[in-house]
Amino acid sequence: MSTVTQQAPGDFWEVEPHHHHEGASTSIGFWVYLMSDCLMFAILFATFGVLGASYAAGPGPKDLFDLELVALNTAFLLLSSITYGFAMLAMVKNNKNGTLGWLAVTLVFGLAFLGVELYEFNHLIHLGAGPQRSAFLSSFFALVGTHGLHVAFGCLWLVTLMIQVSQRGLIPANRRRLSCLSMFWHFLDVIWIGVFTFVYLLGMI
Amino acid sequence: MTYLRKRLLWLLPFLALPGCKPVVLSPSGDIAARQADLLVQSTLLMLIIIIPVMALTVWFAWRYRANNSKASYDPDWDHSTKLELVIWAIPLLIIVSLGALTWVGTHLLDPYRPLDRISAEKPIEAAEPLQVQVVAMDWKWLFIYPEQGVATVNQMAVPVDRPVEFTLTSTSVMNAFYIPAMAGMIYAMPGMQTTLHGVFNHPGEYQGLASHYSGAGFSGMRFKAVALDDAGFDDWIAQAAAGGETLDRGRYLELEKPSENVAPMTFAEVDPQLFSRVVNMCVEENRMCMAEMMAYDAQGGLGLPGIANVAALADDDAPGTARPVLGLPPFQVSGICSVEELNQMLAASAPSGVEEPRDLSPMRGRGLAAPQGFFSPHLNPNRLTQSLPQDGAEQNL
Amino acid sequence: MAIPSEIPTTFLLGRLDWHAIPQDPIVWATGVVVAIGGAGLLWILHKYRLWSYLWNEWFTSVDHKKIGIMYIVLALIMFVRGFADAIMMRLQQAIAFNGSEGYLNAHHYDQIFSAHGVIMIFFVAMPFVTGLMNYVVPLQIGARDVSFPFLNNFSFWMTVGGAVLTMMSLFVGEFAQTGWLAFPPLSGLGYSPYVGVDYYIWGLQVAGVGTTLSGINLLVTIIKMRAPGMTMMRMPIFTWTSLCTNILIVASFPVLTATLVLLTLDRYVGTNFFTNDLGGNAMMYVNLIWIWGHPEVYILILPLFGVYSEVVATFTGKRLFGYTSMVYATVCITILSYLVWLHHFFTMGSGASVNSFFGITTMIISVPTGAKIFNWLFTMYRSRIRFELPMMWTVAFMLTFVIGGMTGVLLAVPPADFVLHNSLFLIAHFHNVIIGGVLFGLFAAVYYWWPKAFGFRLDPWWGKVSFWFWVVGFWVAFAPLYVLGLMGVTRRMRVFDDPSLQIWFIIAAFGAVLIAIGIAAMFIQFGVSIMRRDQLRDETGDPWNGRTLEWATSSPPPAYNFAFTPVSHGLDTWWDMKRFGQTRPRAAYVPIHMPKNTGAGVIIAGFATVCGFALVWYIWWLAALSFAGVVIASILHTFNYARDYHIPAAEVRATEEARDRQLASAGA
Repeated sequence: MSTVTQQAPGDFWEVEPHHHHEGASTSIGFWVYLMSDCLMFAILFATFGVLGASYAAGPGPKDLFDLELVALNTAFLLLSSITYGFAMLAMVKNNKNGTLGWLAVTLVFGLAFLGVELYEFNHLIHLGAGPQRSAFLSSFFALVGTHGLHVAFGCLWLVTLMIQVSQRGLIPANRRRLSCLSMFWHFLDVIWIGVFTFVYLLGMI
Repeated sequence: MTYLRKRLLWLLPFLALPGCKPVVLSPSGDIAARQADLLVQSTLLMLIIIIPVMALTVWFAWRYRANNSKASYDPDWDHSTKLELVIWAIPLLIIVSLGALTWVGTHLLDPYRPLDRISAEKPIEAAEPLQVQVVAMDWKWLFIYPEQGVATVNQMAVPVDRPVEFTLTSTSVMNAFYIPAMAGMIYAMPGMQTTLHGVFNHPGEYQGLASHYSGAGFSGMRFKAVALDDAGFDDWIAQAAAGGETLDRGRYLELEKPSENVAPMTFAEVDPQLFSRVVNMCVEENRMCMAEMMAYDAQGGLGLPGIANVAALADDDAPGTARPVLGLPPFQVSGICSVEELNQMLAASAPSGVEEPRDLSPMRGRGLAAPQGFFSPHLNPNRLTQSLPQDGAEQNL
Repeated sequence: MAIPSEIPTTFLLGRLDWHAIPQDPIVWATGVVVAIGGAGLLWILHKYRLWSYLWNEWFTSVDHKKIGIMYIVLALIMFVRGFADAIMMRLQQAIAFNGSEGYLNAHHYDQIFSAHGVIMIFFVAMPFVTGLMNYVVPLQIGARDVSFPFLNNFSFWMTVGGAVLTMMSLFVGEFAQTGWLAFPPLSGLGYSPYVGVDYYIWGLQVAGVGTTLSGINLLVTIIKMRAPGMTMMRMPIFTWTSLCTNILIVASFPVLTATLVLLTLDRYVGTNFFTNDLGGNAMMYVNLIWIWGHPEVYILILPLFGVYSEVVATFTGKRLFGYTSMVYATVCITILSYLVWLHHFFTMGSGASVNSFFGITTMIISVPTGAKIFNWLFTMYRSRIRFELPMMWTVAFMLTFVIGGMTGVLLAVPPADFVLHNSLFLIAHFHNVIIGGVLFGLFAAVYYWWPKAFGFRLDPWWGKVSFWFWVVGFWVAFAPLYVLGLMGVTRRMRVFDDPSLQIWFIIAAFGAVLIAIGIAAMFIQFGVSIMRRDQLRDETGDPWNGRTLEWATSSPPPAYNFAFTPVSHGLDTWWDMKRFGQTRPRAAYVPIHMPKNTGAGVIIAGFATVCGFALVWYIWWLAALSFAGVVIASILHTFNYARDYHIPAAEVRATEEARDRQLASAGA
């Protein structure tokens, strides 16, 4: 041990009121949550990776997927991310109505995405290619369905936030929430790019 | 090492108590004995550090107790690079040695690896091991002797000093097959095949058991494993063959139904394809074998028509066939290929049996090829490729 | 147990009917005892009008200290249940010889060992550790609360919800008969058609949400809320180990959640993830569950490594030897814990190279762990050791844990594992590290921080009784299992046919009785200490001459922990403050900004628990309603913007002046 100084290295107490920035932890906390959610998707992707070729002598991706429809759906989701970005820009400019407007457009795209996905699921189940038919279909429905559930909750959250913004305006708490949902929405977009690539595109090759 | 192992038994006084048979440390088969050797070697290696640590703990605790004013006191001493180096290096060195032991031991004693000696004193004679097919059922063990054409339930015999190759599977849930006196355990899983090699060196009657919990009747899933001399084994087979019953697919489906504490049974004749069908999960009529299914899947499945190629289960009261509350009743995929094609596929998925005799030097094996390059006395660049493990070294599932 | 294979489901009650009442006198007797005890408790609460006190001061509290204490109370209650299971198993195995079936049938026995594992890991060790981190970490880093106080309350109630579902399975229906990890296909619908596995799934899922959120919360707290000057390498070692534990929680519990979701889909929808047929792969479940399961082991032990470090430094009156190497060792263990999961199933038949890879990575973990042991050892070197109970537990831990560590490395040698896997040797090994490592550490922690939490010490005499019965009882109970494992006896057996084994099981059962006395002594210790609290009072706030910041405030600390924010200039901030004669400032007090209590956590978690119950029993209308309840209550909660308040400066001044008088009277 080095020499022990008898001189205190400095004050040990902060007497000035230490103003803790409110909500300073929220965005890092939400980031950590997103990473844990990402891990859950990683497991679902891994499951699809292991089981994705177990067709149980049933249909494979080439027999089932309609790439044009999925491309359209991908476009919906990507556009919704852009429009959410416009909502955030409007928020930065303190433009409440602009924010609400862009959020509404985002919602429409989100709902359109869900509608197409539900149509696709419905179509597959009617063909008899439901999640029970093979491990491939089980892991397909689990992965794509979990993503869809996330989007559905995102839409619900979006509606809640639109009400809150219209009630209270762009107060700091609402701005914080808007940026959390923004991260969530872009995160779902990133996950979807993975789904589109690994499940649909690679499946159709 | 065997000598050391026996000495160690006496070092542990409680193990010498009457009624204690540490079969894991003094088994009757070469594989289990080598596993026990490794166990003892690893323990000794670790004791090199464990004993001093425990002694130091007690000594420091006593020496530096608060009311011992004679001991020195140095409250700000909290770092010593030399000491840190030592306390990281010593465990590391031990782990390096243990890691080397592990790497070699794991490859030499891999359950998939055919034996290369009968025992420490006895080299291998016949290259061909005795084939025993094992099926873990709810809750009993089925043993099929494909070469002898007989089958037994909850009893097993093998000749002494003859290598045995077990191929294992299960009917319903995961299980593990364990004869502590012979060799370590290995899982038996439905729709999959695992392999275990072992040998008995001493005649006798040994306990065999299920060592992976498998449900209500698990505790009663034991059997006697008997090691006999060659004549005794022939008698045993003859006795089994004298019973009249035949184990065909129908009888198997009956046997498969859950039962507990089953008394030993024998079958004089066995459908030669039975084990293959069990592994391929197609004992029932019209059920597509896994081999066939995997062949289709490798080509991208059967397309939309494949959706319709399913049928209700033949026996929807059998265990394992409950209907999910939010789904359709369980169903099976119907087989579509011809009998000849199927036979070909099943034969291809059956265990091969015959193995090449191998290098007997202790540090080599199929997964652990002879050292090359740096350690090789005759370095020859053209032979380097041979240091790669040969085909089948990683006989994974 | 006569559960018909087909139970008709009705709209109103799903598959809940009279079959759900277990036809077992042991369960009935337990039910009667629990009912009487529960009624008595309710009567006391009613008589002393404690309901509103409990609701306002505890249940809805967002104070990390109260939540921490509630976590530990939950853990202790569940510990009694888990131990009752243990003693029933020991009794069954001690008598089921010579043709005797024992006193438990397979249906009952198989539930007991499954419930024992699940309860001890998820509802004893986890809440105990979480409670401890919750209580201590914010104090150690000089914070007023965690980053997300409401989330903390909600996490706690989700854990309670999971525990409630698990306990409920004892009296309504059944618990899983699959072992604590519920491997399919056994846990699939086909081989476990009734509610046992569903209770397991929903109990763990509800509690798992709580665990994950609490992990995020504490992780962010440690990253963002540290006192000024407290850099990462100045954090107390317990905070460091908590940080690593919460990283492990956040990075492993989602795996458990996803895996259980897949099992749920197999059971409810009929998918084929882990089925035998139609392309399913049960081995994938085993891999996935252990990818969560092995980090889980370190989630449990790492914080206790931190506890031992704090205890050793405090009671030796010496700086912790090798702080830096301790931190690096902790980080190494955290990373390595993700690379070893396959050692739980070497016997599944992976190739030799795969097995040796995972065997060797497992052994490598023993290097940083060994370094830790040496660091504690050399902290004791040239020190003045006060043998208070926490130090006694620590020495007992060091002597016990090295044996458990050694047998663990032994099991990591694949060929040795082939003969010891699933044997009682394995059981002895993991109890050796979990009891000798986790539990001993928790007991040390309880004795160490109890004065901080309640303002008085625990009675040392009963503590020592508990200590000796525990330590001796542990070895008497588990040394025979090591021996039995070497005799080739495997786990989860209900009856035995080799009479020579019986004596070992009787010794083990005797050991369990000794442990039972140790547990009783611990509860007596709590009671005696509460009654004698005036003699055991700690006025100083620093009863052990501690080193870290939690000892800088009063015992128990005020709601706001510190009136002024402490500043760190090195390790052991409180030790430095004492050394440099720095006392609490008496500057102008200012109002303190604090989060408000809320009942939202209780309500949302309550809906989630009801939803879990409804899903277990297929009561769809209730499941839909309660799920809607979860969603709507959560949304409504977000409409509440007034979540904080200020403690007025006058109240802070009054509290701090009372503290000055207390310190003056204590002569400090």
